[in-house]
Amino acid sequence: MSAITTNPPVLTAKDFATDQEVRWCPGCGDYSILAQVQKIMPGIGVPKENIVIISGIGCSSRFPYYMNTYGMHSIHGRATAIASGLKATRPELSVWIVTGDGDSLSIGGNHTIHLLRRNFDVNILLFNNQIYGLTKGQYSPTSEEHKVTKSTPYGSIDHPFNPLALAMGADASFIARSMDRDPKHLQTMLTRSHQHKGASMLEIYQNCNIFNDGAFEIFTEKGSKPDEALFLEQGKPLVFGATQQKGIRMDGMKPVLVDLTDGSVNMDDLWIHDERDFYKAQVLIRMFDDPNQQGTHFPRPFGVFYETERACYEDVMAMQLEEIIATKGKGDLDKLLRGKEVWEIV
Amino acid sequence: MERKETLLQDVVIKFAGDSGDGMQLTGQQFTNNTALLGIDLATFPDFPAEIRAPIGTLPGVSGFQLRFSSDRVFTPGDLCDVLVAMNAAALKVNLKSIKPGGKIIANIDGFDAKNLRLANYPDGVHPLEDGSLDGYELTKVDVTKLTREALKEFTELGTKERDRAKNMFVLGLLYWMYNRSLDNTIDFLKEKFGKKDVILQSNIKVLQAGYHYGDTTESFTTRYKVEKAKMSPGVYRSIMGNQALSMGLIAASDKSGLPIFLGTYPITPASDILHELSKHKAFGVRTFQAEDEIAGITSAIGASYGGSLGITTTSGPGMALKTEAMGLAVMLEIPLVIINIQRGGPSTGLPTKTEQSDLLQAYYGRNGECPMPVIASSTPSDCFDVAYEAVRIAVQHMTPVILLSDGYIANGAEPWKFPSAADLQPITVAFKKGLAEGEEKFMPYKRDEKLVRPWAVPGTPGLEHRIGGLEKQDVTGNVNYEPENHQHMVKTRQAKVDKIADYIPLQTLDSGPEKGKVLVLGWGSTYGAIKSAVQELQAEGVAVSHAHIRYLRPFPKNLGDMIRNFEHVLVPEINNGQLIKIIRDQFLVDAKAYNKIMGIPITKGELVTAVKDLIK
Repeated sequence: MSAITTNPPVLTAKDFATDQEVRWCPGCGDYSILAQVQKIMPGIGVPKENIVIISGIGCSSRFPYYMNTYGMHSIHGRATAIASGLKATRPELSVWIVTGDGDSLSIGGNHTIHLLRRNFDVNILLFNNQIYGLTKGQYSPTSEEHKVTKSTPYGSIDHPFNPLALAMGADASFIARSMDRDPKHLQTMLTRSHQHKGASMLEIYQNCNIFNDGAFEIFTEKGSKPDEALFLEQGKPLVFGATQQKGIRMDGMKPVLVDLTDGSVNMDDLWIHDERDFYKAQVLIRMFDDPNQQGTHFPRPFGVFYETERACYEDVMAMQLEEIIATKGKGDLDKLLRGKEVWEIV
Repeated sequence: MERKETLLQDVVIKFAGDSGDGMQLTGQQFTNNTALLGIDLATFPDFPAEIRAPIGTLPGVSGFQLRFSSDRVFTPGDLCDVLVAMNAAALKVNLKSIKPGGKIIANIDGFDAKNLRLANYPDGVHPLEDGSLDGYELTKVDVTKLTREALKEFTELGTKERDRAKNMFVLGLLYWMYNRSLDNTIDFLKEKFGKKDVILQSNIKVLQAGYHYGDTTESFTTRYKVEKAKMSPGVYRSIMGNQALSMGLIAASDKSGLPIFLGTYPITPASDILHELSKHKAFGVRTFQAEDEIAGITSAIGASYGGSLGITTTSGPGMALKTEAMGLAVMLEIPLVIINIQRGGPSTGLPTKTEQSDLLQAYYGRNGECPMPVIASSTPSDCFDVAYEAVRIAVQHMTPVILLSDGYIANGAEPWKFPSAADLQPITVAFKKGLAEGEEKFMPYKRDEKLVRPWAVPGTPGLEHRIGGLEKQDVTGNVNYEPENHQHMVKTRQAKVDKIADYIPLQTLDSGPEKGKVLVLGWGSTYGAIKSAVQELQAEGVAVSHAHIRYLRPFPKNLGDMIRNFEHVLVPEINNGQLIKIIRDQFLVDAKAYNKIMGIPITKGELVTAVKDLIK
């Protein structure tokens, strides 16, 4: 062959692994998330050196050590703020924030909402396990009410966050949910998060098999998954159940569960999912019933709830600088030092 | 009318009024006017914490003190020669700071029954009428009435709008008294109100009315003149501390080629740095008004990690919030400049008043063994050099640096013989560009002779690596919890900071003999007061020297030897004794403290007495 190729070598998932021993508890959901992230990385079209993973504190936040990219394991709750400064100054980098429910919703809640409203083009991977794992088992801001933990022996009296409703409230431009136990779905959601231009909030249900085992079992295990998990697909009706026998219809602004087996409801009458519909997204995000409650309740949706395009902070920041330099010219240090009024002593 | 013209050497004027009276603007205009004549000066703006305390009350008084002289001056003066009191409260608050026999120019309208009551004068007491000011040269001027009169033709303006111009009347009058031209203030007004013609014209009218009033009324028999100061030849401008500091940062950015990223949260008295830097985007400056103090510093850490010049600015309470992130920056060993414009503490303390009470916080206020260089500015123009140095140390030694300034010099002004860009020392910065030949794997904590690790920024192929707040193995940077390694790393981080002493100038004496009776050892904004006091004592024949420390951590290598050459060491500070603790700790000397913790600067007179008491 005479042609000289300048294409970069084709990478595989293995190229994104480091020589550091992975130290999560055996059986932790984090292993699957790490594997899926490593799997999609070669395909996202970003050179390895342009990928940065920033984490805070918590079990999930060990993530950067296991990714052979640039990475920073920072301090509790602040990964979002560090990522904001990095992205503001280096817009060309692909910045991923790995955080947990305590890190991003409790101690770092403030930075999370402000990152979302500013819409930096970064990807937040929120590992939600509804418990504090690293500090060995206290309830978190997403733990259910009455939860008995080390710090709540008589049951928690805190009302939990619905993280995606919070993201919606902060005007996030991409909102999605996935789970550790569904590798394919998770890979798709990770790729979609990357592809979205703007702040992506991907909540990942992650099992902590030590302190909160089975928290999401009802959504992830074969027996219950079909009835409890609703997978959203763009342009498709909201149907679920083992034989796709159940659906959701809109009655005004209210969602209604319908039975598709008795012929009373036509497929055309069902709610058709539209990621671009701001109002429908709010209703979908509010489908947050306790899956263990008796009787009828809504399934928990998974997939992309909402996506919209909005100017990214770092781009506007760069544009403003360019415009100012274009109109005023590049700053002249001598002119600045001299100021407007001077006098001379001879 | 025949008038005398008297030549003066040194004048201190204080403009005082309600915080809505525009005294700061008046003072600044008089300052600029003075500076342009080549007269040396120093200013001290003093304003209330409240944006608008109730009108006419004592807490609502805002003051601007200006000293100007044909000799060099280093402080805004202990007592004033002239007090302009726009209302009764302003007189009451400032009476104790007027020299015996000093002039008081009182705005009669501000002394009506209501204003007297608001200023807590007892019923029936009228300070302008009862002879209590007999020891002063009192001039009563009905500024409000004269201002309204001057604006008779401006029928489109309401009374409120007319009254707003009364500070211009005072300014005009003072310009007349001190033989000044109105031109530069008229230019200023044109720039400020150019688009609002009525406001512009009315302000100019009142300014001129004040001037003409001085000329025509018989209340004033003398005009004064202060000649150019004997300063070293060169081109000067007037500069305030926060402004100089901002320029120092921009200059360092320009010289190092590192674009500025300022992550910050507004806080008094540091906000003006954000305001100033945000004006200069043409220098590629990025300013980020973060959601809180923590995001201010952590966003700056993110920017530094990406290869920018990360800066965060704050004051005491914000400094407290940034503490954990400073520890991260120490662990990451990346450049960062943390600027603390100190104010009175603890907690919210005295937000608009000055203090030097965060030195120990800067030194020790972090968890773990967490050494960081500390550097302090001593005058408004010195803020430029110190900011420039802070950047140099941060980027050349891969470390966060704390810069301490304070409210007094941040808002104070002085003439500045500004440098030219070409005169500034270059700041060389080298990012690691890739693996060197024979280098198989990147070692992020491999150190050079300064114990400094490489700055490897994301986007550099082959240098992918992970850093974090966990203890790490030296050289590889891998997480490591081994006991020996931790001790080694703690010692290494300390040694790295200590080594900076090899790259900073030796301590010099500001004045006085190298050996002798008394060394007055200061840091920060006490510079002017110490310098003036020491000069006065030296003139009286007292054997006293002055050293002022810019590099507080590490200290210059010769500081200990210098101190030991003196029988007595006096450490004046606007705190309860902080530098003195460190001096005693490091050098085992029996230094003595002089402390003033009133939210105001130490005066020359106080220090003269303190030195005399020490050697009595």
